[in-house]
Amino acid sequence: MSKIVFERPHSLTDAQFSYCPGCTHGIVHRLVAETMDELGIEGTTVGVAPVGCSVLAYEFFGCDMVQAAHGRAPAVATALKRALPENVVFAYQGDGDLASIGMAETVHAATRGEKITIIFINNAIYGMTGGQLAPTSLPDQVTQTSPYGRDVNEAGFPIRVVEMLSTLDGVALAQRVTVDTPKNVRAAKRAIKKAFEYQVEGVGYTIIEVVSTCPTNWGLSPVDALQWLRDNMLPYYPPGVYKDVKADGFANVAEAAAARALELAGGGEV
Amino acid sequence: MKGNEALAEAAIRAGCRFFFGYPITPQTELAAYMAKRMPKEGGVYLQAESEIAAINMVYGASAAGKRAMTSSSSPGISLKGEGISYMAGADLPGVIINVQRGGPGLGGIQPSQSDYFQATRATGHGDFHLIVLAPSTVQEMTDYVFRAFDLADEYRTPVMILADGMLGQMMEPVVLPEPKTEFPAKPWAVTGHKGQRTHNIVNSLHLKPERLEETNVERYQRYDRIKATEQLAEEYRVEDAEIVVVAFGASSRIVRSAVNKAREKGIKAGLIRPITLWPFPADAISAATDRAKAILTVEMNMGQMVDDVRLVVCGRVPVEFFGRAGGIIPTPAETLAVIERIAASLEGGAR
Ligand SMILES: Cc1ncc(C[n+]2csc(CCOP(=O)(O)OP(=O)(O)O)c2C)c(N)n1
Ligand code: SF4
Repeated sequence: MSKIVFERPHSLTDAQFSYCPGCTHGIVHRLVAETMDELGIEGTTVGVAPVGCSVLAYEFFGCDMVQAAHGRAPAVATALKRALPENVVFAYQGDGDLASIGMAETVHAATRGEKITIIFINNAIYGMTGGQLAPTSLPDQVTQTSPYGRDVNEAGFPIRVVEMLSTLDGVALAQRVTVDTPKNVRAAKRAIKKAFEYQVEGVGYTIIEVVSTCPTNWGLSPVDALQWLRDNMLPYYPPGVYKDVKADGFANVAEAAAARALELAGGGEV
Repeated sequence: MKGNEALAEAAIRAGCRFFFGYPITPQTELAAYMAKRMPKEGGVYLQAESEIAAINMVYGASAAGKRAMTSSSSPGISLKGEGISYMAGADLPGVIINVQRGGPGLGGIQPSQSDYFQATRATGHGDFHLIVLAPSTVQEMTDYVFRAFDLADEYRTPVMILADGMLGQMMEPVVLPEPKTEFPAKPWAVTGHKGQRTHNIVNSLHLKPERLEETNVERYQRYDRIKATEQLAEEYRVEDAEIVVVAFGASSRIVRSAVNKAREKGIKAGLIRPITLWPFPADAISAATDRAKAILTVEMNMGQMVDDVRLVVCGRVPVEFFGRAGGIIPTPAETLAVIERIAASLEGGAR
């Protein structure tokens, strides 16, 4: 008798993904859906789709979904969670959405410690609009709007989002993962699941940055795109846990923040 | 009670438990009142990082099926335009309060009615309208906010209360409504499907032009129903009026006393006060036009609503405009002078 070892997660609908071949958006969708299945939360989860290639995420995830204006997903998710404190609320955002037009919403949802989970797809480019410079585009990266490469003297420097957010007291979990190998996919899954679990426990704001590919706008084959990610993206955006209040021994962000305030008041001595 | 506080208390009594704001003069008392009252009602008061975030929070809370509100003044409403358009596109109810001040730009902080175009024409991008209610007393602030939430739910549309700094700061006695206890069901809301239905989606994106057109057509059919049933205007001494003055909100208060003074002088003047700015009370104004010899529109701006009046009057009688801008409230005396000038020109057979 044969056993089914690979099934479509229940939390994904039957709708066909609209992503380009080899795009990592699809992998991350699957990980989020598997997480909802495993935690048994599809029926109590509300997801927020951004503006970007994943705008149609509302068709793909089986949970209730809201489509938000460009960059505003954290504000929408904030209100959803305040209105539905017993539900799980996540937002799925690209780098243009999260780190450029929506940076204010991102930072403030994080610092308020909103009990939401952000899945952040960092592909160093604006995918949907055809490959323009993103806030996370690398130095010297050629894009449609940096045809001579990103000149940091002109366009400034890329933003390391989880490092920046990890300085905020409201953040419970800030972790960067990638999905270039089966091993890393499994690690990414563990991180995403942990973020959702922290939300359910009410620990605080959680964000998982997924270093991703955009083969189409990078102008590379899916395999070459993964190699480019390893050679260029990962050195600049190292995977790792940048903040984890539970691993630091605290039950939630309020406890962690109080301890930090004490530490700072003590002139840095612990 | 102060106008701004009446707006807040009435919203709470209408079942609003989600308020998202950002400080701006002259509506600050409203937010302060909400900050004090909401926690006691088990509601949420949240000071957002910007007006953009605040309106998107209204979007989120409304998507979850809750009664939600935001308030601001002119420059802040410009920022809310994006979110209001998304609410209209996603057919989400919600209440937006604009306690207007003079513009454009940072303008000033004195009362104004210069956001009439913005409220009735182009609050944001795309084909859509808001229902716009214009109170002229603190009692009306109370009553219209209460009503706004019902209208928003019934027609699944954002509703705006267009007030101004004068009304917001004004103190008048009010009778508060009994708190609302029954609310319409919202089967479209995202509350988690609990495995009992297919997933709900709150969305304004329709990539197929035919589908997007369909949603627009459906919305405009709803607008037709609103126009047919929700037009509201107060008529004051218009039965035999030869000069009909049209004014809303704060300026209608000045016009009312100017009309009384004109009557004392034997001039047959009357006032039509649009209460719904959208839908515009075309029926009342059209009927009054049939009997009038001239129409005067008085506004605290450079002439905005007068365009709508002209569309209704359609050349049947002359339409004049008088307004003060920049936060200046016209006086009854200067308004009376305009009415007298019109009366004289009618008498002199100037036409
Ligand atoms: C207010 C506004 N500005 C600009 C756009 C156009 N736009 C659509 S998607 C997008 C960028 C998306 O890039 P990103 O967030 O990195 O997501 P990706 O497509 O790469 O997944 C932009 C600028 C818009 N829809 N709305
Ligand atoms: S454009 Fe890029 S990010 Fe968008 S679906 Fe295609 S590969 Fe993925």
